[in-house]
Amino acid sequence: MWRVEVALKPGITDALGNSVQKQIIEDLRIDVESVETIDVYTISASLSREQAEIVARDLLADPITQNYHINENTGKPFTVAIEVGYKPGVTDNVGVTTVEGIEDLLAIEYPEGEAVHTSKLYLLNGNLTEDDARRICLGLLANSLIEHFQIWGAGADIQATAEHITGPAQMAEFKPVVAEVDLDVSDEELIEISRQGVLSLNLEEMRLIRDYFKDEAVLDERARMGLGPRPTDVELEMLAQTWSEHCKHKIFNANIEYTEDGKVERIASLFKQYIRRATEEIARTKKDWLVSVFVDNAGVVTFDDDYNMVFKVETHNHPSALDPYGGAITGIVGVNRDPMGTGIGSELIFNTDVFCFGPPDFSYEKLPQSVLHPKRIFKGVRKGVEDGGNKIGIPTVNGAILFDEAYVYNPLVYCGTGGFMKKVINGKPSHEKHVEPGDLIVMTGGRIGKDGIHGATFSSVALDEGTSSAAVQIGAPIVQRKMQDALKEARELGLYRAITDNGAGGLSSSVGEMSEFSGGCEVDLEKAPLKYAGLQPWELWVSESQERMTLAVPPQDIDAFLELCERRDVEATVIGTFTDSGKIHVKYDGKTVLYLNSEFVHEGLPGLELTAAWRPQSQAEPERLPVDSAALTGALKKILGSYNVCSKEWVIRQYDHEVQGGSVVKPLVGIANDGPSDGAVIRPRIDSTRGIAVANGINPKYGEIDTYAMAASAIDEAVRNIVAVGGDPDRVAILDNFCWGNPILSDTNPDGDHKLAQLVRANKACYDTAVGLGTPFISGKDSFHNEYKLGDKTIAIPPTLLISAIGIVPDVERAVTMDAKAPGDAVYVLGLTKDELGGSHYYMLNGYNGRNVPAVDTASALALYRALHGAMREGLVASCHDCSEGGIAAAAAESAFAGGLGMRIDISQAPTLGELADEVLLFSESNSRFVVTVSHDNRAAFEAALVGNALAAVGEVTGDNRITITGADGATLIDAGNDELREAWQAPLRW
Amino acid sequence: MNEKPRVLVLLAAGINRDGDAQNAFTRAGADAERVHINDLVDGRKKLKDYQILMLPGGFSFGDDIASGKVLANKLKYKLKDDLLEFVGDGKLVLGVCNGFQVMVKLGILPGFDGDYMRQDVTLTHNDSGKFEDRWVHLKVNPQSNCVFTRGIEKVIYVPICHGEGKFIPEDDATLARLRHNGQVAAEYVDEHGTHGGYPINPNGSVEHIAGICDETGRVFGMMPHPENYIVRTQHPRWTREQLADEGDGLAIFKNAVDYVKKEL
Repeated sequence: MWRVEVALKPGITDALGNSVQKQIIEDLRIDVESVETIDVYTISASLSREQAEIVARDLLADPITQNYHINENTGKPFTVAIEVGYKPGVTDNVGVTTVEGIEDLLAIEYPEGEAVHTSKLYLLNGNLTEDDARRICLGLLANSLIEHFQIWGAGADIQATAEHITGPAQMAEFKPVVAEVDLDVSDEELIEISRQGVLSLNLEEMRLIRDYFKDEAVLDERARMGLGPRPTDVELEMLAQTWSEHCKHKIFNANIEYTEDGKVERIASLFKQYIRRATEEIARTKKDWLVSVFVDNAGVVTFDDDYNMVFKVETHNHPSALDPYGGAITGIVGVNRDPMGTGIGSELIFNTDVFCFGPPDFSYEKLPQSVLHPKRIFKGVRKGVEDGGNKIGIPTVNGAILFDEAYVYNPLVYCGTGGFMKKVINGKPSHEKHVEPGDLIVMTGGRIGKDGIHGATFSSVALDEGTSSAAVQIGAPIVQRKMQDALKEARELGLYRAITDNGAGGLSSSVGEMSEFSGGCEVDLEKAPLKYAGLQPWELWVSESQERMTLAVPPQDIDAFLELCERRDVEATVIGTFTDSGKIHVKYDGKTVLYLNSEFVHEGLPGLELTAAWRPQSQAEPERLPVDSAALTGALKKILGSYNVCSKEWVIRQYDHEVQGGSVVKPLVGIANDGPSDGAVIRPRIDSTRGIAVANGINPKYGEIDTYAMAASAIDEAVRNIVAVGGDPDRVAILDNFCWGNPILSDTNPDGDHKLAQLVRANKACYDTAVGLGTPFISGKDSFHNEYKLGDKTIAIPPTLLISAIGIVPDVERAVTMDAKAPGDAVYVLGLTKDELGGSHYYMLNGYNGRNVPAVDTASALALYRALHGAMREGLVASCHDCSEGGIAAAAAESAFAGGLGMRIDISQAPTLGELADEVLLFSESNSRFVVTVSHDNRAAFEAALVGNALAAVGEVTGDNRITITGADGATLIDAGNDELREAWQAPLRW
Repeated sequence: MNEKPRVLVLLAAGINRDGDAQNAFTRAGADAERVHINDLVDGRKKLKDYQILMLPGGFSFGDDIASGKVLANKLKYKLKDDLLEFVGDGKLVLGVCNGFQVMVKLGILPGFDGDYMRQDVTLTHNDSGKFEDRWVHLKVNPQSNCVFTRGIEKVIYVPICHGEGKFIPEDDATLARLRHNGQVAAEYVDEHGTHGGYPINPNGSVEHIAGICDETGRVFGMMPHPENYIVRTQHPRWTREQLADEGDGLAIFKNAVDYVKKEL
């Protein structure tokens, strides 16, 4: 055993130590004089002293900046020393790479079963108490769910007392056990079996499974396979995973009795009635454009004659609440595998992330001990996205971050990935999936461990103070990138027939779904490679260990496929065969452990019967008091400086948005590269000027008033952001992503019927708005049970719908950014401003939410979008900024200071519905509006292009770096310098 | 030579700007091929069949332990002879970002006295402690014999995307030697060509050093990404400035192609 400590030489800046020190002081408010960081490598292999010396010198320490110490203390002083490393069994990426480095360096094979464990040692100096040390450790440096830590006081002999963590304990003699479960029991016991096993199956489902195992034909067949009449744990687990809310979308497919205003309506599946029906209606006119919708891991639409584009957004909420870094990184690499597993697989060209967190300044005192502070969650998630996105080499081009106290207990982490694929590969349409009986089942990429067991069913229960870490894991982006590269080669060589990802439910889900194409499968589970010994057959079958794909490889291609993977250092293992037997048949060491009718697994689940009752919230508009210019200017500054609106540059710059070289409209634009883009434009092929626009729409505040308005607004916002950067409104596709509390009424969930009614209303809006704007849904996701049980209280998130949009930019040379371009340009407001301050940021300043939530008039919106797009195609628009949070005032201010210019606006000229008070004109968040600037020469042509739409010239861009907005009688409403507005906007998250 | 120069764009676990580099070399008139390191190690592909070796950006082996370190060791222990022969034949090597990190940890840069396997400088964590994606200005040293930066007289504008880009030489003598030999090929400056603190020097590099070459000028590495500014629409302000169709970064790749055409 060698413990190698690698420390910086004197005089070398410890950037990580400095950053930790800053966080201890700023976030934990503990004064610390200095923080020094030391990398620790614990090498378990039986290396000689000389070999350890070579490894330390030539691999672990940088000769210019670092010293190393083998089995000895560094001798550096400390008041407190804290060492943090992953617990056994948690993926230690650096440890794995170090093993490979040692093998290269010493030209040896590292002994099987041995590992390198890495940890970080922090030496802190200052006047620190023992309690401070624990707070620093648990509040910042270590997550005790997945990390091991040790704390020493001044003068301690760290070398002598450090606990050596080397890897999961080796089981002396592992015996695979397959348990049989007796379901011939009372209803209460059935429920208890489901609850104890985290199966998340309800009574009806449990009864149905019980009855299946009473069927004589089933029992006969089982007997022939050597199975008794009781289900095995492998079988029960598979049914639980396959029938989980996560995999089957039971709520979206339920029969619902919906009551609103005393009227009762029966809805047979929200998904079919609203989401899919919208797409089907739109498809009548856009049939050729839609390529593959709802049937695969991601939606597919046409890019041009030769290419398709692919898009999927997922949530990774529960894991991110428990371990923000691991949760986010697995969220990213997980959603990457959706486009990678769509059709026969696509290239990954962009990421987009949307987060909802508690406020970063949330009181530490009010925070329950079991909940991580919002700032820590924010920073951890951000780091996870950095490591997931940057390391895999996918540009993070767009996103949003929202803050609200409602997300303190249940943060939302939406991760999306876009793909790009040739329409035809090796003579076949690339978006189709097909498996022949006889094709081999191959698992590639990572190995299987206990990490991530029960992710699918875990997402169907509320978090509570005792939630375990089993469902949390750390992603390994490089393992996935290697696999991605190898599979690309295999795809071009035509070495496999079908591919899908291992996500929720692991192999049980990926093999199960693919076997539907051939009609069955036979799996030899013991062949699946393990991270470490000791997994029971059921764990192997449902583990959600990351970075794995499942493929169907024709027997004649298997040798070439496996050889290619080996040459790329990618593990690939044949674990079985696809059949047409109609059975899912799983064996372990030759013995059958699962034998289920494919039809029962996939079609046997009965629909839920749910009730929904809409109880409108009795909201009122606040009384309007007279406001003066100083108050209005102050309000604008406060809105710009609110966490939701303020600059996210600190986050954005830590994501690579340049990689792949396709960036056309970056997340930050303008004269100082710091203005907020409405959407991203990328150019997937450098030799073509056709582009893709990406944007998001989300506004949970509106949902607190009415989820119908929330959903309609989210769709409109996503689409208008696409239009704002140059996307064609007639070529926009959208994804829905619903995050809700538990919408199933029960004794313990008395307002479940209202939450379901909120979902119904949101879906109605989805249908109406999508059809009205002609934007089809192509895929989606839902996440219920975003609730936290604190004592006897259940805290649910507000209904939150994210709409993610992808659109075509016919010519990227005509893309438009939001920054004002030149003094003298005319400023226009496009779209009607209405008395719609409900849910606005202006109301939020004073703690109101109001009633008049913004609505969407899709007919006028679409007409405006088409006309504006036409003007952009003609090159008539200098800048265009979406008008949303903070209304016209905020949009104009952002456009001006991003351009380093001023604006003089007479807001009384803006087109309105009815007569509006000044603050409504300034801050109303009515949908379907833009602030646009147009050069003097283009004004006539621009107005001609927009004729028939609500628009007005309201002022001009000035060179004086000041925003001045006047009202009806010429009175000044807002007057402020760019510098103070920009500062208000940039300061809050400039960490 | 008359035919298109052949570029080997090295692929290894975690390399991710291989496609970007391939695009840049293709635009510059080369025939660029992405080749996996294992295909070189097992002899399926031969380095000597190419005139330019490109080490692209990315996170080779996750940048675990230290950026570029593990890939550098792989090159050192598995492809040393091929590499030395390649450089000895007067061919070109370019490393960008992670490729540059690999080169300094391997020792092929600065390659004092033709010793291409000794580490004299390093690239380490940015002073900010953060990975950063931002655009920077670079001034090319007219005294350098670097073939990649020849004739570039104006300040050029390119992005950086890295967390470990701070250049540190072993000691003052090393720095003096780099300067004396004209091996410092590119420095971080502002748009007027003047040195400055953060973010003009985005990572705290000693003496603002952004890129160095070997003594021959044929081996060159830099932290910023010239391959990400080869067309106008990659510029962060292309919608508000009058710009040439061709991005500033392309000149570096064109220089390499021209050199091979003329000299090899």
